[in-house]
Amino acid sequence: MAEMLSNGETPEILFWVGCSGSFDDRAKKITKAIVRILNHVGIKFAVLGTEESCSGDPAKRAGNEFLFQMQAMSNITVMNGYEVKKIVTGCPHCYNTIKNEYPSLGGNYEVVHHTQLVQELINQGKLKVQGGEFKGKKIVFHDPCYLGRANEVYEAPREVIQKLDVELAEMKRSRANGLCCGAGGAQMFKEAEKGNREVNTERTEEALSHNPDVIAVGCPFCNTMMTDGVKHFNKEQQTKVLDVAEMIATANDL
Amino acid sequence: MISILAFLLLAIAGTAWFVVNMRKVRRNILLGKEADRSDRKSERIQTLIRVALGQSKMVTRPVSATMHILVYAGFVLINIEVMEMFIDGAFGTHRALSFMGSFYNFLIAFFEVLAFGVTLGCAVFLIRRNIVKVKRFLNKELDGWPRTDANLILCSEIILMSALFIMNAADQTLQQHGDAHYHAAGSFPISQLIAPLFSGMSDGSLIFIERFCWWLHIVGIFGFLNYLPYSKHFHILLAFPNTYYSNLELKGKFTNLDAVTDVVKPNFDPSYQPITDPNSPQRFGAKDVFDLSWKQLLDAYSCTECGRCTSSCPQNITGKKLSPRKIMMDTRDRLEEVGKNMDANGGTFKDDGKSLLGDYISTEEIWACNTCNACVQECPINIDPLGIIIDLRRYLVMEQSSAPNELNTMFTNMENNGAPWQFSPSDRLNWAKEN
Ligand code: SF4
Ligand code: SF4
Repeated sequence: MAEMLSNGETPEILFWVGCSGSFDDRAKKITKAIVRILNHVGIKFAVLGTEESCSGDPAKRAGNEFLFQMQAMSNITVMNGYEVKKIVTGCPHCYNTIKNEYPSLGGNYEVVHHTQLVQELINQGKLKVQGGEFKGKKIVFHDPCYLGRANEVYEAPREVIQKLDVELAEMKRSRANGLCCGAGGAQMFKEAEKGNREVNTERTEEALSHNPDVIAVGCPFCNTMMTDGVKHFNKEQQTKVLDVAEMIATANDL
Repeated sequence: MISILAFLLLAIAGTAWFVVNMRKVRRNILLGKEADRSDRKSERIQTLIRVALGQSKMVTRPVSATMHILVYAGFVLINIEVMEMFIDGAFGTHRALSFMGSFYNFLIAFFEVLAFGVTLGCAVFLIRRNIVKVKRFLNKELDGWPRTDANLILCSEIILMSALFIMNAADQTLQQHGDAHYHAAGSFPISQLIAPLFSGMSDGSLIFIERFCWWLHIVGIFGFLNYLPYSKHFHILLAFPNTYYSNLELKGKFTNLDAVTDVVKPNFDPSYQPITDPNSPQRFGAKDVFDLSWKQLLDAYSCTECGRCTSSCPQNITGKKLSPRKIMMDTRDRLEEVGKNMDANGGTFKDDGKSLLGDYISTEEIWACNTCNACVQECPINIDPLGIIIDLRRYLVMEQSSAPNELNTMFTNMENNGAPWQFSPSDRLNWAKEN
C-alpha cells in the first residue's frame, strides 16, 4: 500500500490477506490464488503487508473485547490514513469483523468477501471462467458460518462454483442450516471440550457422504478443519478440499 | 344468582393474581441493563407479524410446525367462544351470541373443528415426547419439572377441549329435549358424534354434566392463565414482545462494549469524549443476571424449551455439555431465584452468594461455543443464546483473567505479534516472495 501511494497510484481495492492467509502454509495458497485472479483481471489492488494486523476476530469471540478493540483501532488508524474505501478479504472472519464491527469504532469501508468479488467480476464480464479440470466433477460446498448465517451470503460462492460446469451437491445441513466446521469462536486455538467426537469429523462425514471430488470452502479455517476431517477418514485420494478462489484460478490457468 | 357471583369472584381473583405475577415478571426483566431497541418500528412490527403471528421460523420442521399451527390457531380463535362463555357467566344467559343465527351456528361448528385440531395436535405432541421420544426432548436439562410442565399442559389442553365437546353434546341433547333455558343454538359436527351417549339421560343429569363442563372450562382457563408465568408456555404471550424487540442486525455483528471503547480510544484519539458515565463503572461482561440486558432476560422468560437451538448446535450434536437451551433455562431459573429473594426481602436483593456463572452455567459450557449462530438462526422466536455466552466469556476474560491457557497464549501472540500465532509481524508479506 505504502509503495503504491509513494508511486502516486491509488488502488481500487485493498486486499485484506488476514493472519491465516499470511502465515499458514495451506492458506497462503488461497492468498496467491486470489492475487492471481486480481492480477488476471487487472484490478489495481494493494495489500497492507507488514502494516496489517489481526482483525481481532478470535479475541472478540473469545470475550477479550479490550484486545479486539485495540486491534481494530490500530487497523482503522492505518486504513483511514490510507483513505481505504473498498476491501476484499480472503477470510469470512475478517470480512465479518471489518464490515460489521469496525464502523462504530470509526472504520467505514465497503467490504466484500473474495467469493463476492469473483462473482461480481464474472457478472461484469471481466472474468471469463471455464470448468477446466473441474468440469463435470462432483462438488459439495460447505457454508462458512461467518459468511452464511452471520452475513447471509449464500449464493455468491455457489454461483461462482456453478460457473465451473460442475455437479454441485448440497449437504442436508446447508445454507442457513449449515453445520459449523468446528473452528469458529476461537475453538481453532484450543482443544475441544469433552464429548463424543470432534465437530470437524461430524461435518466432514456429512460432506463425504456425497462422495465428492472436491469439498469447496470459502474460509481458511474451514479449509484446515475439513482437510483434517478428510485425513481422518483416509479419503485424501478421492476428495480434495479447495477454496473457491483456488478452483477458479486452477481451472483457468491464471 | 349464586353462579353469577361465583363466576365474577373467580374472574376478579384470576385476573388480579395474574396481574400481580406479571408485575413481578416485569420487575425481574427490568433488573437487566439498558439495551436500545426503540428504533426501526415498522421493521419490528413486520418481524412480530412474520415470526410470532405467522410462525415463519417453524416451517423448517414440518411435522411439529403443522401440529403447532393447529394448536395455536385453535387456541387463539376459540377465545372468541370463551368470550361468549364470559358473557354467559356474568349475565346468567345461555349462548348469548346465538342471536347471530346461522352465522353463530357456523362459528360454533368451526370452533368444534378447531378444538378437534387442538386435541389432535396435543395428542401428537404427547406421542412425540413420550412414545416416539424425539431426540431434542431427551436432553438432561429437561429432567424433572420442565418435562412434567410440558406434559401437564398438553394433558390439560386435551381435558379442556374434551370438556368443550362433552358440554356441547349435553347441550344439544337438552336442546332436543326442548328445555326452555337450552334453546336451539349452534351446530355441532364433532360433539354430535358423542351425543348418542347422552340420549338416555334425564334432563337433570344432562344439566349437571353441561354445567360441570362449563365450569371446568372456565376454571381451566383462569388456571391456565395463571400457570403461564411459571411455565415454558409463557411463550404464547411473550413471543410477541420478544420478536418485536428482536435483534435486527446481521447475526455476525457482535456488540462493541462502550465501556471498553472509552478505555481504548483515547490511546488513538486524544480528543476522544467518553460515552459511558465514569461515575457508575460497569462490570465488563456478565457474571449474573443483573449484568445481562433486559432483552436477554425477556429472552429467558420467552424460551419455549423446544430445543431447536440445541439440536442444531454443533457442540451439542458432538456430545459436548454446551446446550443453548440450557443457557436460556438457567438464566430464567436464576432470575426467578433472584425475584423470589427480592420478594422475601421487601423488594431488594439480598446477596445470596450465588451467580448465573458458576452456580448455573459452568465454564466448560461457555468455552465450548463455536459462535456459529446456529442456535440463533433456529430459534422460532428470535432468542439469542449466543449473546449470553459471549457476555459470560467477557466476564471470565476481562474481570477474571481465567480463559483456558491456549486462549491466553493466543491473546499474548496477538498482543505481541498482531497475529494469533507466534509469527513475526515482519514476516507477514513473505508469501508474496514465495512460489
Ligand atoms: S453459537 Fe454456540 S451455542 Fe449456539 S449453536 Fe453455535 S456452538 Fe452452539
Ligand atoms: S432458545 Fe429458542 S430454540 Fe432454544 S429452546 Fe428456547 S425457544 Fe427453543
